[in-house]
Amino acid sequence: MVKYIGKRLVYMFLTMFLIATATFFLMQTLPGSPIASYNKLNETQRAIVEKKYGIDKPKPVQYAIYMKNLAKGDLGTSFVFKGKSVNDLLATRVKPSFILGAQAMVFGTLIGILLGMLAALKQNTIWDYGSTFFAILGVSIPSFVFASLLQYWVASQWHLLPVGLWNDGWKSSILPSIALAMGPLALSARFIRTEMIEVLSSDYITLAKAKGANGFEIAFKHAFRNALIPLVTVLGPVAAGIVTGSLVVEQIFAIPGIGEQFVSSIMTNDFATIMGTTLFFSALLIFIIFIVDLLYGIIDPRIRLSGGKG
Amino acid sequence: MKTNKWLLLVALSLVFSLVLAACGNKDKDEDKTAAPDKKDDKATEQPTEEAGEPDAEQVVSLIESAAIPSVDSAIVEDAVGFNVLNNVNEGLYRLNLENIAEPAMAAEEAEVSEDGLTYTFKLRDANWSDGTPVTAHDFVFAWQRAIDPATGSPYGPFMMSGVIKNATAISEEKMEKSELGVVAEDDKTLVVTLERPVPYFLSLMSFGTFYPQKEEFVTSKGDAYATNSDNLLYNGPFILTEWDGTGDSWVYKKNEHYWDAENVKLETINVDVVKDSATAVKLYNDGKKDRAGVSGDLALQYGTHEEAVHESDTAVFYFKFNQERNGEKTPLANVNIRKALAKSFEKEDLADVVLANGSTAANFLVPRDFAYDESGTDFRDISGDHLVYNAEEAKEYWAKGLDELGVTELEFEILGGDTELSKKMNEYFKAQLEGNLEGLTIKLKEVPFAVRLELDGNQDYDIQVSGWGPDFQDPISFMDLFVTGGTNNLMSFSNKEYDELIEATKDELALDPAARYEAFAKAEKILLEDEAAIAPIYQRGLIQLQKPYFKGLGIHPFGADHSYKWAYISGKE
Repeated sequence: MVKYIGKRLVYMFLTMFLIATATFFLMQTLPGSPIASYNKLNETQRAIVEKKYGIDKPKPVQYAIYMKNLAKGDLGTSFVFKGKSVNDLLATRVKPSFILGAQAMVFGTLIGILLGMLAALKQNTIWDYGSTFFAILGVSIPSFVFASLLQYWVASQWHLLPVGLWNDGWKSSILPSIALAMGPLALSARFIRTEMIEVLSSDYITLAKAKGANGFEIAFKHAFRNALIPLVTVLGPVAAGIVTGSLVVEQIFAIPGIGEQFVSSIMTNDFATIMGTTLFFSALLIFIIFIVDLLYGIIDPRIRLSGGKG
Repeated sequence: MKTNKWLLLVALSLVFSLVLAACGNKDKDEDKTAAPDKKDDKATEQPTEEAGEPDAEQVVSLIESAAIPSVDSAIVEDAVGFNVLNNVNEGLYRLNLENIAEPAMAAEEAEVSEDGLTYTFKLRDANWSDGTPVTAHDFVFAWQRAIDPATGSPYGPFMMSGVIKNATAISEEKMEKSELGVVAEDDKTLVVTLERPVPYFLSLMSFGTFYPQKEEFVTSKGDAYATNSDNLLYNGPFILTEWDGTGDSWVYKKNEHYWDAENVKLETINVDVVKDSATAVKLYNDGKKDRAGVSGDLALQYGTHEEAVHESDTAVFYFKFNQERNGEKTPLANVNIRKALAKSFEKEDLADVVLANGSTAANFLVPRDFAYDESGTDFRDISGDHLVYNAEEAKEYWAKGLDELGVTELEFEILGGDTELSKKMNEYFKAQLEGNLEGLTIKLKEVPFAVRLELDGNQDYDIQVSGWGPDFQDPISFMDLFVTGGTNNLMSFSNKEYDELIEATKDELALDPAARYEAFAKAEKILLEDEAAIAPIYQRGLIQLQKPYFKGLGIHPFGADHSYKWAYISGKE
């Protein structure tokens, strides 16, 4: 187990390194300068400003300096927010994004599980078709469409919740969280349904039935626990879906989060912030996938993590 | 099928909102898209100012299109930053509700020497928000800091070079910053020496870059200066609070230390950044916000809303005809071809039906509602219309041009923006031009703003949809663009008479306003009517939703967008 974790950590660092390298060089292909008023500066000023930001040096040198600072945890200084470090920029914006992401994840998976179970237990009834239909909608419609619909109906038309902004406490987070949760909800519903149906037809369920266990007991005590295992594996992609969804959903609800910052940094060629947000999201995802893999081993003893060639 | 349409609609508005997101951050000289951003300018139809008594509660809630990158007056370069500065700080002059610069930190009108080169300002007794007096030294410090190349001020050298004495040399490190033509004779007397007479100098004094900064405070804060609302000093109508430096919301509170505090009615202004136009409108309809800009498809929907206010902006959009590409003359070097193209598209329909966002057809370069002569006459009423749509004339010019070139067919590429609105507009151009001019093929090249700038820089295009928003209140802000070798003249246009006229307005005509405006009018006629170097398309307009109880908002044609100093709430209860 320890050996496995060690090995995974090495891979994680390697992945981060590759992402940082790829992002750094891809970013250089963006047209335009990161200095917004480049056209207004005279030659002397340009030289001074470029030197200040270190973009006068050859690209490989810039790369080396960036990686060195990155190793120290320093993400550099924003080109747009004058004199402010990207670390601070992210720190002030991480909270709303985290709240939305966590709520969406928990809410989405829980409801998804319930729907999936309902569909499996009432297979080929109106319940099944209903939740399957719902799941297909959830998978195929992007979260920003849900965001716009929720905003229009629930907030604008029925005045039940705020239209947007982040100043109404928990209420502000409900609609964006629901919009983000649709993907995870649909995905987990489908997974649970398929798994449950398979598990319900297995021998030990038949045995439990023969022993006279009631439906509820069978569903939760026997079938559900086993159906849950494959679900854990999709949590990684689900988290990725929430992160990408948040890029747009935050903008629609005017939430001051990281996703919104990510989008605007690309628009303004703010190199340091693009790098910072990309690395932040990558690190988050890599970490989640790592945790999921660990969980997987814990939940399902059949999977041996230490098996080097497994 | 219905779902698909919805999806498409939402996807489109998404793309649009992404583009808008960036607008607020870019400098506003050249506009990236035809889409209106939140840069509102002088109103053509101000909300009716009924003489209503101000309410007891003076709180207003507004929207900005982007976060504040900086509020250091030497560093500010974006629309939001300048807007904040204008409301929390104050220069020697301030634009009033009629957009005339009037003394602010200056106690009275400046004393100007006969040669127009020396301005002496007497400062009024005014205090910073820490209770200390604003002195002439604060101006000297701030201006020297802005011109110092080490500061990297985008607007310092840009606004001062060729205006204030020695500014150019200092910005190129050829002189010490202490040699800048600005001196504090005593605590309350500021003397400014100019390089040449500048007829619009006093209106420049209302521009953010020329605001004062208290040396002691700036030095003691070091790198932290102006990075959040606690690290700033205020001498304007409001103070900034609850701004953490990168956040999407902030609050203005009335500044009790302001010299004219008794005329400031608003107590609190809550601001949130909302980048999505549809969300902004929903917040407005929900009563959460008192003003919201509408753009794109929303403009069509809300254009006739009873609370819609149509405002004209001072950005003008036009075709640039490139006369030389890759070192070779293009067919556009032929004046008849240019004239034919310039006169062959209907502009009113474009503004009213295609754009439908409050924009108006332009038959000029210098916009309407922008620059006025001494008697207050709009420059547009002095200089006439040029290159008005006329398909018949266009056809004649076209035949003549083709004849001169000895060809029967021509193909041009139109370089334009890639937003929904730009694309719609480009299609319109293609249809109009090809429909009117036989043998013409138009290819559309739709690229993001940064790419267009790059292609423009390399002069690598045939026809480009371009635009310009002024930095100061004078026709020269536009006319200077197209002199031979001008930084924006990346199309090899050159006309000696035009150059001479523009030079004269800076030189021998500088002190003769009437003759100067005549010269501008003549130059504009050469540029458009005679040469068709560019073809004006439209003057941008904006549609804003504004609650009827929100009154007295100052809307400006250059520099900061708004003044809240005279704004108030009346009749909300």
